[in-house]
Amino acid sequence: MRRRNFLYLTGGTLAAVGLAACGGSDGSGSSGGGDGDGKSVEVFTWWAAGSEKAGLDALVEVFAEQYPDIEFINGAVAGGAGSAAKDMLQSRLQAGDPPDTFQAHAGAELNDYIDAGQIVDISDVYDELGLREAFPESLLERLTADGAIYSVPSNIHRSNVVWGSAAVLTEAGIDPATPPASMDEFLAQLDTLAAAGVTPLSVGAAWTQVNLLEAILMADLGAAAYNGLFDGSTGWDSAEVTTALEHFETMISHTNTDRDGLDWPDATQQLIDGTAAYNVMGDWAVAAFDEAGLAPQDDYVYFELPGADQIFGFLADSFTLPEGAPNPEGTRAWLDTISSPEGQLAFNLAKGSIPARTDVDTAEFPEYQQTAVTSFAEDEICSSIAHGAATSVGWLNAISDATSQFTAGATDLAAYQQALADIATENQA
Amino acid sequence: MPAVRPVSPSAEVFVSGKLRRFGPPLLLISPSLLLIGVFIYGLMGQNLWMSMTDNHSAAQANDREPISFVGLENYIELFATEAFRHSMANLLLFTAAFLIGAMVMGFLWAWLLERPLPGGRFFQTVYLFPMAISFVASGVVWRWLLNSNQGDNASGLNRLFQMVGLDFLQNPWWNNITFGILAIALPAIWQLSGYVMALFLAGFRGVPDELREAARMDGATELQMYRLVIFPQLTPVVMSALVIIAHMSLKSFDLIMSISKPANYQTKVPAVDMFLFKSSYDYANSAAVGTILLAVVAVLIVPYLINQYRESRR
Repeated sequence: MRRRNFLYLTGGTLAAVGLAACGGSDGSGSSGGGDGDGKSVEVFTWWAAGSEKAGLDALVEVFAEQYPDIEFINGAVAGGAGSAAKDMLQSRLQAGDPPDTFQAHAGAELNDYIDAGQIVDISDVYDELGLREAFPESLLERLTADGAIYSVPSNIHRSNVVWGSAAVLTEAGIDPATPPASMDEFLAQLDTLAAAGVTPLSVGAAWTQVNLLEAILMADLGAAAYNGLFDGSTGWDSAEVTTALEHFETMISHTNTDRDGLDWPDATQQLIDGTAAYNVMGDWAVAAFDEAGLAPQDDYVYFELPGADQIFGFLADSFTLPEGAPNPEGTRAWLDTISSPEGQLAFNLAKGSIPARTDVDTAEFPEYQQTAVTSFAEDEICSSIAHGAATSVGWLNAISDATSQFTAGATDLAAYQQALADIATENQA
Repeated sequence: MPAVRPVSPSAEVFVSGKLRRFGPPLLLISPSLLLIGVFIYGLMGQNLWMSMTDNHSAAQANDREPISFVGLENYIELFATEAFRHSMANLLLFTAAFLIGAMVMGFLWAWLLERPLPGGRFFQTVYLFPMAISFVASGVVWRWLLNSNQGDNASGLNRLFQMVGLDFLQNPWWNNITFGILAIALPAIWQLSGYVMALFLAGFRGVPDELREAARMDGATELQMYRLVIFPQLTPVVMSALVIIAHMSLKSFDLIMSISKPANYQTKVPAVDMFLFKSSYDYANSAAVGTILLAVVAVLIVPYLINQYRESRR
C-alpha cells in the first residue's frame, strides 16, 4: 500500500514536470504578465544614470501632474550604453512579454521591430495629439516607414560635433576661437598638435570610431550624397568615400593608442584632463563638460567637422507601442506626456538634448543647446549610423566589426572599403 | 499483487523481477531524465536545426517570414569569412596559453607547497583567493593594468615597466592583432592557477607515505621518486584539471567582454561572435557558432568520459 502511494506520487510529479515543460516550450503565446487595468505603465529604457536619469526623473514628474491616476513603473536596465537593455528587451519581446512602451532610437533601428511585428502603427496617436503639426517635416519623414509611424520622439541629439580643449589648443599655437575652415586645415592642426606632444584626437572603442567615421562621411560627401549611402544612390565603393576613408585613416593615426578599451566618457575625459585636444562625439558630451565645471568658449569649444554643407547629424530617442502591451491606455498617456511641450521642455533641459517639437520655448536652454536648436532648424539633416538612425542593428554591427578590423590594423583601406560596400549590398536588399 | 500476464511461471518471475529491480530507480530518476532530455538534449537539437536554416532576420525569428532548410550553408559561409577564422585562431591560442599557463603554475605551486614549509598554509590561501573573484570584476582591474598606451601616456603594467627601468617590455598587450588574445590569458591563468594547485595538492596527499618510503628504501633519488612513483598516480588529477580548464577556456566570454569590447576585432572569440549574431537577430548564424563551440568542447570531453567509463568498468 505504501509502495503504491509512492508510485502515484512519483507519477504525479512526472506529470507535473511534463506539463511545466510543455508550458515552457510554448513561449510564443500571449502570456503578458501585466494586470492590464490601465492604471499603470511600464516604461522600458536604458536611462539609469547621469543626465539621462535626470531627464527621465523630470519627465516622470510631468507625467505625475498630467496623469495622476496612472502609476509609472520604471523598467530601466543599466549597463553597456543600452546594450544590456536591448538584449533583455529582445528576449522579452520574443517571449511575448513586452513592456507597455520601450525606448528605441528613431529611424532604421526600428525596422527590425517592425519587420518582426513587435510594435504597432501609432498614426492615430499622431492625429489625435496633433503631432504632425508639432514636429518638423524632416523629422516626420525619418519616422515614417511605408506610410506608417511607429514611435514618438522625446528628444533629439546631434552626433557630429567636434569638441576642443581651449587650453590645449592655445598651448599648441592654435586659436580655439576660429574653427578650421576646411578638412585639410583640420588635418594640419592634428599634425601640429601631434608635434606638440599631446593626443590630437581622442576616441574610444568601435562605436565611437563609427561615430567619427560618420562625421567625416557627412563632411566630405555632403548631405545628399551621404543620405544616398543608405538607399543605394551613393556607392560605398565610390571615389568620394575613398577620400573620406583616407581622412578617417589619418585621424585614427592621430588618436590615443588605448582607444579600444575606452568608452566615450573616457575619451571626453582626456579633453577635460588636458591630455587630448579634440574629440568627435555626440552632444551628450556637454553634460560631461558641465559636470567638470568647464565653461563653453573659455574652457572648451565646439564646431562641426568642416565640409561642403552645414549638416546636423541626427539621432533621436523615441517611444513605441509594443504589440500585446498589457496597458495600452497607460502607453497612450505616456506618449502624450513625452510629446507635450511641458514634457519635452522638462526632459530636454535635464538631459542636454533638444526638443523634437518646434513650438517649445527654448529661451531657457543653455548656450550649446541654443546652437543645436538653430542648427536643427536651418541645416541639412543627416541620419547617424552609430546610433541606429540610418541603419538597422545588423548593418550597424557589421560596420562596427569592419571598422574595428580596420583600426586594429588587420585590413588595409581598400579591403575596408570593399567590406563596407559588401555590407551595404547585403543590407539594402 | 496480481500477476501481469498469466504466462509460464518462470517468465512471470523474470518480468516482475526486472520490474522490481529497475522500476523504482527508473521512476526516481525519470524527472531529471525528462528535464535533461527536454532542456539540454532537446534544446541542443533545436539549436542544431536552427543552425541549418536561413533564419537571419527579425521577421523570420518571429514567424512573419518563411524559414527554409539550408543544410550546412551557414557553417561553410562562417568558415569562409576571414573574421570567423580569426576568432577560431584566437580561441585556440587562448586555450593553449591558458591551459599550459594554469597547469604549469598550478603544478609548480603545489610542488613547492607540498612539503611542510613555514607559511605554507598562508600561501595556499593566497594562491587560491583569485578564484573567488568573478571574471567580470577582475576583468575591470586587468583592463586598467593591460592599458596599451606606451611612453608618456602609459599606465598600468606599461607604466610599471617604465618605473622599474624595463621600458623595452612595454607592449600593446591585447591590442596586438595576432597575439593580443594571449594578454587576456594572463588574468585567466592568474585566476585559475590556484585551483589547479589545490587539485594537485589533493593528488599529492593521495599518494600514501608508505609508497614514498618504499621508494626511498629502494634507493630512488628524489627526482626518480617523483617521476616513477608520484606522477603516475597523478594522472586522474591531471585529466580532471585539463578538462576543467579547457572547457572553461573554450567557453570564455565574460573575461574577454570585460577587458575588451564585443566589437574589438583583436579579441574576438566564437562566444563573442555568437552574442553579436544573436543581438543582430541573426539566429541561424548564432546557433551555428554555438554548435561549433559545442563540437569543440565535445572533442575534448568525450574522450575523457570514455576513459572514465572504462576505468569504472575495470
